[in-house]
Parts: sequence; structure tokens; C-alpha cells
Amino acid sequence: MAAVHDDHAHGHGHGHEHGHDDHAHGPPKGMMRWLTTTNHKDIGTMYLWFSFSMFIVGGLMAFGIRAELFQPGMQLMTPEFFNSLTTNHGLIMVFGAIMPAFVGFANWQVPMMIGAPDMAFARMNNWSFWLLPPAALLLVSAFFVPGGAGAGGWTFYPPLSIQMGMGMDMMIFAVHILGASSIMGSINIITTILNMRAPGMTLMKMPLFVWTWLITAYLLVLVMPVLAGTVTMLLTDRHFGTNFFNAAGGGDPIMFQHIFWFFGHPEVYIMILPAFGIISEILPTFSRKPLFGYSSMVYATASIAILSCIVWAHHMFTVGMPVTAQLFFMYATMLIAVPTGVKVFNWTATMWQGSMSFETPMLFAIGFIFLFTIGGFSGVVCAVIPVDIQVQETYYVIAHFHYVLVSGSLFALFGGVYYWLPKWTGHMYDESLGKLHFWLSMVFFNVTFFVQHFLGLAGMPRRVPDYALQFADFNMISSIGAFGFGLSQLVFLTVVVKCICGGKKAEAKPWDGATTLEWDLPSPAPYHSWVTPPVVK
Amino acid sequence: MSVAQENTVIMKKLLIFSVAMFGFGFALVPLYEKICEVAGVNNLLKADTLTENIQVDTSRWLTVELDANTRGLPWQFKPMQASVRIHPGEMVEVMYEVRNNSDREVAGQAIPSYSPQLLAQHLKKLECFCFTKQVLKPNEVRQMPVQFMIEPSLPSNVSVMTISYTFFELNSDSADTGGKAKPI
Ligand code: HEM
Ligand SMILES: [Cu+2]
Repeated sequence: MAAVHDDHAHGHGHGHEHGHDDHAHGPPKGMMRWLTTTNHKDIGTMYLWFSFSMFIVGGLMAFGIRAELFQPGMQLMTPEFFNSLTTNHGLIMVFGAIMPAFVGFANWQVPMMIGAPDMAFARMNNWSFWLLPPAALLLVSAFFVPGGAGAGGWTFYPPLSIQMGMGMDMMIFAVHILGASSIMGSINIITTILNMRAPGMTLMKMPLFVWTWLITAYLLVLVMPVLAGTVTMLLTDRHFGTNFFNAAGGGDPIMFQHIFWFFGHPEVYIMILPAFGIISEILPTFSRKPLFGYSSMVYATASIAILSCIVWAHHMFTVGMPVTAQLFFMYATMLIAVPTGVKVFNWTATMWQGSMSFETPMLFAIGFIFLFTIGGFSGVVCAVIPVDIQVQETYYVIAHFHYVLVSGSLFALFGGVYYWLPKWTGHMYDESLGKLHFWLSMVFFNVTFFVQHFLGLAGMPRRVPDYALQFADFNMISSIGAFGFGLSQLVFLTVVVKCICGGKKAEAKPWDGATTLEWDLPSPAPYHSWVTPPVVK
Repeated sequence: MSVAQENTVIMKKLLIFSVAMFGFGFALVPLYEKICEVAGVNNLLKADTLTENIQVDTSRWLTVELDANTRGLPWQFKPMQASVRIHPGEMVEVMYEVRNNSDREVAGQAIPSYSPQLLAQHLKKLECFCFTKQVLKPNEVRQMPVQFMIEPSLPSNVSVMTISYTFFELNSDSADTGGKAKPI
């Protein structure tokens, strides 16, 4: 990876320097290194690159969607293809981009932050990663089979998901594989955190990133199997004559929604809790103050995770539930805003009177707090039943979840990459390009998604390739924003590649406010770290 | 125990937990059916009762189209008339005919479906062959009534609507993951 290592004291990880005598420490060369590696850092790197390439693929699909919606009328594609794009954009971003990226972070950071030499099950770690490319291949190649890729929405709602062609089967298999990978990854992470911490690293001394991942991993083993079961039922309905969800055979399509969202709502928290963790690492570092309310952060994370399991039906306020059930889900949903609010206030209090500096990771963290809070508020708006009956299946919901997922999860990921790149590569990234990336993303993100609130409130339905004339202006603005946002990500790619190839040498602890264990290791982190565990006081 | 052994123990527990959650996904199906039954949510297959006296609105005409389908059972199923013209508030009876084309006894259950969706709230059915399962002997033909009324409260922009029934087979090994359509 790194190019110059003349004064490199800890270079055992780089076989090309020391010749044959360190084969026991260093990785094998070439492709085999990546196929067979059981090293948590290699696997983390592969997760991150996989996730970035899926981010590009999903982004290209979004490009197609916004190009069609640039003007009213049908310009570029058939409605079926448009629906395939929205479906697979959602699926690929959720399962291919965001989730693997967080697993990549966990692989790199968890062992280094708790003082463990590697993940608990190194071989299984390799398998969890290598399940991903076949799944991605299935998703993408579904576009080329007769009938095209699945087009009923990333949520697999029947009856459409029972009726479609073999593209839907490929989508179902892909989800099976991705689910298996996530479950294996979570088991690994839980075991590592519970059993491999350095002496003295008690649970309540763990960095928040580790805490949030521990809780996320528990959520994953709780709900991923339920998703696997759900899509298995779809599969047997499609091919083996069962009628779980087929009304014409005595099944119930509404029941699908209940079971799907039993997975689906915890899933959205699976995508945000590790982001909370990253933000909780970045803010204290650049505020040069300890995190405000550490233990309340831990409890808030746990309560969010528990509450997230009893709110699923807020996605289904219009299916005709009894009023008491609707009210229950409305109040439970609003209740989640309380621990979420605790977190936002704690972050704000962390910055309060700190000696802040605004390097790129900090910019992304502050951007996160602003924009995620907007998304949290629109979530509470959606939770109000009479309002949601108006905005369900409109662009308002699209705006809501892009504020929490793009300016939430994705911004946290960007912040985390900038924060830890010096540790991963041994070089400082280009600060001014990083800042450029932040500001471009910030501006174009809001141009894209803020106007979608208006579109949704005015009644523009989601997942439709054409729209009424009165929506034209906002859609054009949104499309321009989307193209800008997409292109801005090339800046990110440039920064990362530049940083891998060279740049100012990073010190072991390039951020003076950082306190966690990984900063005690040299930069770049040696191939094998904490072989003798540190002692935490 | 060594760290590696302890790790394996944790992994085993988590694996068992995951498998149990996979099963839980399937267990949710009967669970939901029970909840719907207790809460009385799915009452498609129960007769409505008329509490108040409803006036027939003779100034308004509605067209009700009748539709019939079968799914995977050897029956021929059709309405005796394609559509009826009625007034809101008027009690009407329509007939369906079903024929068992096979030489075995077959039990079927019909499940209704309405279009537009809001018709469901305004349709009162006093009698329907879908309230019970239908068992047809080999080659039996049966005519079956549906007695219904559409409330005058139906929004005035709706004038054409469809009542559709689909029969599916009961108690065969292929079609019985049983929604609420179990024989009552
Ligand atoms: C304060 C916290 C939140 C509340 C109260 C909330 C509430 C809601 C509600 C009520 C809906 C359903 C809207 C509808 O379909 O009509 C919804 C949709 C959604 N939310 Fe949230 N939400 C919150 C946070 C989040 C977070 C943190 C994420 C993910 C990181 C998220 C992701 C989503 C997604 C993806 C959907 C749409 C799913 C779909 O229909 O495709 N939400 N939210
Ligand atoms: Cu939700």
C-alpha cells in the first residue's frame, strides 16, 4: 500500500522491505493475499472498497432516476426499468454500501480500539466478506435476465414480489447471502468485543464506537434471520405453492408488511447506531474535551435499539390497522425521539466551550448533527398518524430517510474515513480537498433533498417515473443537486487514492485531542497490532 | 478455558439464537392470525348486520360488476350475470355458479376482493357463499347467492364498482398456510 518507508520502525507488515525473512508476519503477495487473508485490517480494507464500489453502482442508478425525473413526461426509459432502478438503488445502498462500510470500520477499528490482536474468528471473517461479491453480482446481473431486475420496491411487497420474473428470485437469493454474511459478521464482532478486550478495558471504558457496534451486532442477529425467513416465504409462495402472502390462496399481503418491518425498522437503526459511534469519537477529539455524558450515551443507544423493535407499524399507518394499534405505534415511535434527542444534546454539550478545530472529520460530524436532526424531526412528523396518512408513499418520506441515511450514516462514514485515514495509510490526507469534498457534499445534498420535502407535502408520489406539471421546478432543482452530489464524490475518491499513494507522513497520533487506544499504535497501523495486549488503566 | 474455546461457546450461542430467530419469522404467521382473530380485524368472512333502517336512494344508480376466479382447483366458477344496476340502500341478491370438473370431492374457500378499495367500508353482505367453505362432490354443480346492499354513504364520485371472488382449495397439501380463510 504505502510507498516510502525509509525510516519505518514498525514495518513488519510490509514484506517488500524485509525480503523473505518476515513471511510469518507479512501478507502473501498479489491476488492470493486478498482471497485468503484472515487479517482484520485486510478484510476491513476489502469491505470498504467493496462498499465504495457499490456506492458508485447505486449512485449510477440514482443518476438514472434523477435524469428521468429531470423533466415531466417519459424521456429516457420504460416505467418498468425506472422501477427496477428505484428498487435496486435502495437495496444496493442499504445492503451493499452502508452496511458493509460499517462492517469495514468494525474490522479495522474494533480490535485496535479494544486492544485485541484480531477478530475472534479470523477465517469466518474472510468468508463473511467473500459472500458479498457473489450477492452483488446477482443483484446487478438481474438487470440482464428476461423480465429485468426486481421492480417492486426494495421492501419486496407482495403481490408484486410474488408475480415478477426471475429477477425477483435473484434479488431474494442475494438477500439470503447478504443476510448470512451480516449474521456471521455480527457473531464475530460480538464475540470479539465480549471476549477479547485488553486487560482493564471494562465494558464501561469501551470507546463509544465499540459500544454502538456491540448493540448493532445484537440487533443484526435479532432481525436479519427474520428477514431471511420472510424472503424464504416469498420464495415458497412463488415456486412451491404455499400461500403465506397470496390473498387468492388464503394468505395475507398485509402480514408481509408486518413481518418485513419487524426487520425493517431495526434495520434502519442498524445503519445509524455505528454512525452515532463514529460521531461520538470525532467530536471529543476535535473539541479537545471528553465526550459529554458517556454513560447516558450508552444507555441511550441501548434504549434506541430496544425501542426500535416495537415501532415497525409506523410504516403501515394506511393499511387499516385498528385505532388502538395505530396509537400504540405512534407513541412508541415518538418515544424513540427521546433517547435520540439525548444523544444530540450530549454531542452539542461536548462541543460547548471546547477548543474546537474544524478539520474535515469535524466538519462532517457537525454537518451530521445539523442534518440528522432535521431528518429526525421529519421522522417525528411522519409518526403523527393524520400527517402520515397524507405523506405516506410521497417524496416527504424520501426526504426524511435521505436526511437520516445520507447526511446521517453516509456523512458519518465520510467523517470516519477522514478521521482514521492517517492511521490506515500512514499519510495525512489532503486537507483542502477534504474540505472541498465536505462543502460540495453539504450544498448539493441539501439542494437535492430539501426540496423533496415540498414535493412530498404537495403530493408527489414516490416510485413513479412521471409527474404532474406543478412539480416540475422542484424536480429539476433536485436533479441538478443529485448530479452535483454524485460528481462531488469523485473528490472523495481522489483524496483517498492520493492519501494511499503518499502525502505528509502521519504521526502515531495526528489529532492531539484523540484518546482511544488505536492512536498508541504507530501510523500506519502495523499488520499485526496488539499481539501483546496493552494494559488499560 | 482458553480464549479460543470461550469464543467458540459464544459463537454457538449466537448461532442457536440466529436459527431460533429464523424460526420466529415463521412463527409470526400463526401469531398474526391469532391476533387478527382476537382483535376481529379480518372480518371479511362474517355476515354484516344492519342496525339502522336505511333509505333507498332511488335518485342514484350504481353499476356493480361481478367477477369470479379460481386458483389451482379444478372448478369452473362464474357469476350468473356479468353486472347488476342497483340503487344505494337497495337489498339485492346475485347468483354465482360453480362446477366441480373433477371426479374427486374438493373443498374450496372463496375470498372476496373489492374495487375501488373503499367499497369495502360501504358494502354490507348479509349472505355469501364465502362465509363457509364449499364442498363439491365429483362433477357437482351448485348455484350460490350473495345478498348485499351498498350504503348510500358511498362517495358520490363512485358509480361503477367490482366485487370479485377467488376460490382456492382447502386442505390440500399445496394450499394451506391458511390465512383467515380456514373453514368456519
Ligand atoms: C427520530 C427518529 C425517527 C423517527 C421518529 C422516524 C419515523 C419514521 C416514520 C414514521 C416513517 C414512515 C413514513 C411513511 O412511510 O409514511 C419512516 C420511514 C423511514 N425511515 Fe425513519 N424515523 C426516524 C429515524 C430514522 C433513521 C435514523 C433512519 C435510518 C438511518 C430512518 C430511515 C427510514 C427509512 C429508510 C424510511 C422509509 C422506508 C421506506 O418506506 O422505504 N429513520 N421513519
Ligand atoms: Cu421505521
